[in-house]
Amino acid sequence: MNKVVSSADEAVADIVSGSRIMLGGFGLCGIPENLIAALVRRGITGLHTISNNMGVDGFGMGLMLEAGMIASHVGSYVGENRRLEQLVLKGELDLTLIPQGTLAERIRAGGAGIPAFYVPTGLGTVVAEDKETRKIGDRNYVLEQALHADVALVKAWKGDRLGNLVYRKTARNFNPAMATAADLTIAEVEELVEPGELDPDHIVTPGIYVNRILVGKKYLKPIESKFIKAGGAA
Amino acid sequence: MTGKERIARRIAREFKDGFYVNLGIGLPTMIAGYIPVGIDVMFQSENGMLGVGGPPTAEQEDPDLINAGKQTVTEIPGCSFFGSEESFAMIRGGHMDMSILGAMQVDEKGNLANWTIPGKMVKGMGGAMDLVAGARRVIVAMEHQTKDGGSRILKQCTLPLTGQSVVHDIVTELCWIHVTPEGLVLTEVADGMDAAEVQARTEARLIVSPELRVMTVDVEG
Repeated sequence: MNKVVSSADEAVADIVSGSRIMLGGFGLCGIPENLIAALVRRGITGLHTISNNMGVDGFGMGLMLEAGMIASHVGSYVGENRRLEQLVLKGELDLTLIPQGTLAERIRAGGAGIPAFYVPTGLGTVVAEDKETRKIGDRNYVLEQALHADVALVKAWKGDRLGNLVYRKTARNFNPAMATAADLTIAEVEELVEPGELDPDHIVTPGIYVNRILVGKKYLKPIESKFIKAGGAA
Repeated sequence: MTGKERIARRIAREFKDGFYVNLGIGLPTMIAGYIPVGIDVMFQSENGMLGVGGPPTAEQEDPDLINAGKQTVTEIPGCSFFGSEESFAMIRGGHMDMSILGAMQVDEKGNLANWTIPGKMVKGMGGAMDLVAGARRVIVAMEHQTKDGGSRILKQCTLPLTGQSVVHDIVTELCWIHVTPEGLVLTEVADGMDAAEVQARTEARLIVSPELRVMTVDVEG
């Protein structure tokens, strides 16, 4: 078994316009930078994206937005992208904002074969409008549907040719859940290791969820909000 | 001492040893700087971390290690990382002792609005709706009035809600307000203020607690 592909371009070569795509990451942390760049080079359009954020102007998914590739987006926070705000206020992009935890659980459910579930989140707000609510015990809950995608693009720290993945620090975020919730999951990693090198007890995403794996050519990893301790040395 | 610092110092006094707390972006983040000596608090960041430390030095800075405000942070010994689905399972599942977040409006029923201004601001609710629905105690930390002197503590919120009857306490530079089924109870006022003065700056009706006292902002150690 060998899921390794030689480049990000090869990995996304059969993704077509109009696809529903999940992209891992929180802000610019743990995003599949190389796969996004390859998608932009491929130039497909009409994509329906699912991702917590929308990058920033000029990086991450911001590049896809600027290339006019995105028709609709589901996420929880897009405050760092002014271009998106303009497009939405003008009615040129269909944006659905949902609570971050509900987004994460809808993705998890999508990968776990659970079609819908009840949460207390958003009760009495616009989020619950037109949704079934139900009293269980002494509390009311909102019914939320699972999310599933055609393609999930995720970023991990290390992986092997079987698709087993481990993540690094807060760059994990939405990546493991998304890896489970698509027909085709493509993982980019910083380092490819031999099967057996990753401690089986530490593997976060078992290879069964991953269809293709590649080593990212280059990682810029820009920091969105520089925050340094005053006074220098620790 | 600035108003924001007074708020941060007062709220820090509420922490008990062993608390797990989520601090919102902005003013609430300042609270981490005033934890009383001898109290161990684990800060959670909803992007997937328990045990968030302070800001890094330039040498420690790591783009893979950020908080929910996308600021670089550090690890404290015993910290852990997890995915977003688990992060919100611990939030929704009632495991957080406290969630402290900012607000644009709060009202007499404990309703909170802090995520959108229709037609003007498209940002998103992030994790705020999950936090207020799931944390055991929700504290709003905010400046008492808007920049142009308007009230933020209203009879009824006019902006779209983040959560319905979710707020337990409201802390501003002027006072501490406890949300009860009977309404908003003023329990503390800042040094030099009185209940009438706070009420004059607040649209909502305040019930003055018989045990009204001066808000303490000293932090031991």
